[in-house]
Amino acid sequence: MADLDAVQKRLLAEVADLHDIPEGAYNLRANGQSVGRSTTANIDIQTKTEKSGIDIRVKSGTKNESIHIPVVLSESGLKETVYNDFFIGEDCDVLIVAGCGIDNCGSQDSQHDGIHRFYVGKNSKIRYVEKHYGSGDGSGQRILNPVTEVYMEEGSTVEMEMVQIKGVDSTNRTTIAELKKDAKLVVRERLMTHGKQQAYSIYKVELNEDGSSADVVSRSVARDDSYQKFDACIVGSAACTGHTECDSIIMDNGRILAVPSLEANHIDAALVHEAAIGKIAGEQLIKLMTLGLTESEAEEQIINGFLK
Amino acid sequence: MLELKNIEFSAVDDGNNIGIIKNISLELGDNKFIAITGPNGGGKSSLAKIIAGIYKNTGGQIIFDGVDITEKSITDRARMGIGFAFQQPVRFKGMTVIDLLRIAAGKNLSVSEACEYLSEVGLCAKDYIDREVNASLSGGELKRIEIATILARDVKLAIFDEPEAGIDLWSFNNLIRIFEKMRDSDKNRTIIVISHQERILNIADEIVVIADGNVVKHEEGAKILPELMGGDYMKNICKKLD
Ligand SMILES: Nc1ncnc2c1ncn2[C@@H]1O[C@H](COP(=O)(O)OP(=O)(O)OP(=O)(O)O)[C@@H](O)[C@H]1O
Ligand SMILES: [Mg+2]
Repeated sequence: MADLDAVQKRLLAEVADLHDIPEGAYNLRANGQSVGRSTTANIDIQTKTEKSGIDIRVKSGTKNESIHIPVVLSESGLKETVYNDFFIGEDCDVLIVAGCGIDNCGSQDSQHDGIHRFYVGKNSKIRYVEKHYGSGDGSGQRILNPVTEVYMEEGSTVEMEMVQIKGVDSTNRTTIAELKKDAKLVVRERLMTHGKQQAYSIYKVELNEDGSSADVVSRSVARDDSYQKFDACIVGSAACTGHTECDSIIMDNGRILAVPSLEANHIDAALVHEAAIGKIAGEQLIKLMTLGLTESEAEEQIINGFLK
Repeated sequence: MLELKNIEFSAVDDGNNIGIIKNISLELGDNKFIAITGPNGGGKSSLAKIIAGIYKNTGGQIIFDGVDITEKSITDRARMGIGFAFQQPVRFKGMTVIDLLRIAAGKNLSVSEACEYLSEVGLCAKDYIDREVNASLSGGELKRIEIATILARDVKLAIFDEPEAGIDLWSFNNLIRIFEKMRDSDKNRTIIVISHQERILNIADEIVVIADGNVVKHEEGAKILPELMGGDYMKNICKKLD
């Protein structure tokens, strides 16, 4: 951590709740370079040779360990594409914390495109947390285009939590998942856009074998003149259950397009989607005002709760 | 404490101007337990919302502790010490019970402080403190949390709109205890409870009967109660139907 400056440390705290060196395995990337790495007896991290990025290998049977791979960019005009592959053995139970913070005070765009692929072994359980955060008052844009691919073996579970609340001007997120027998995917997305920000969030989840299930829930707030598109498709090709939900609040001139879609290719595929978009309910504002908040304080509280 | 002078309130419904509160004048003293009752649709909730500032009266004046609050906002009135528990409490996706209690208290209540308010309304605190105030709560649970938000505030005037609705018997006894305790506290607090329940009317210092947008009776509880139980005031509705 000694190599990081104050801005980078602040970004790190925002995206990974890290104030110090994390326990367990980690790889810190700052301004395009790896600035710190630690492996454990069960978790190995190797730099890719043919392109930028790392391979993370988790031995079968690894339990209660964590892997932190935060990325911070504080140099204006830096653009990078990084490939991180996770090979998770069988019967593991690990926490993976990723996340990217960009501080752009300059006039050139800064961009980080992280391509994460997860190969999750039989009966393994993964919790994946990814936070995006932007700051800095330069005219250069802060751009993040993450791609997440998840390949799940029999009986595996993946819980993903994706959060982007502040400061990212443009984001185009694609998440693809393929599930085998009894695999279970849970996605919780939280998104807030301001100003002229644009955010696209695209999911394609394929439930390919019996007993597989997916629950993809997005909660978002679009303020000012921002725009969001949520496009979640669940394909059921076996006896499986799938659910998508997009629940959004619009404020000011915010715009949201929600296109949840379902494709059933099997008689026993049970798929549901829900989408709701609207402004903050007037009675919620009134209730909080009767507790002594001003209208704008009430709005903040309602949104904070909604995105929690 | 509270003085209502010639309050009128009308709303536009389907292009027609309908008078909801016709002309109500009331004077309520300090440290009193006031019950407001009367037929459904009589205007009780509307009057409570006018006092809280949620509805803007179209005529008349509201004086609270000597200050004319007629033009004051909901927020200002709340900060002056007016608390209002809704007849139909609002749900919030994502916000937890402790979040709501903290907002109500206006400070970062500790978990044990928050738990006390919940226990007072008969909720086992540890099961509820982190629950979302969303559709998963039952009607009675929501109603009790609503009451707890008033307990968490330091109010001078507390208005409860049908607090007993949907609340089971055990909690009902508890509820009466809460009201008595609130009144007996040395803060000179006045409590207005809108209710149809005889047991609540029984413990009131004063009973106000509102029907068809007017106060049809306002007297000491002991005097008025036998008469009310005769169902006299209900005739107003039948007159309307003629
Ligand atoms: N915002 C509004 N717009 C139009 N009509 C309204 C509005 N609010 C209340 N009313 C009408 O005013 C009348 C009084 O309503 P109010 O809710 O005050 O009655 P209440 O005495 O509280 O009845 P209850 O015992 O059923 O709770 C009703 O006829 C109701 O439909
Ligand atoms: Mg009512």
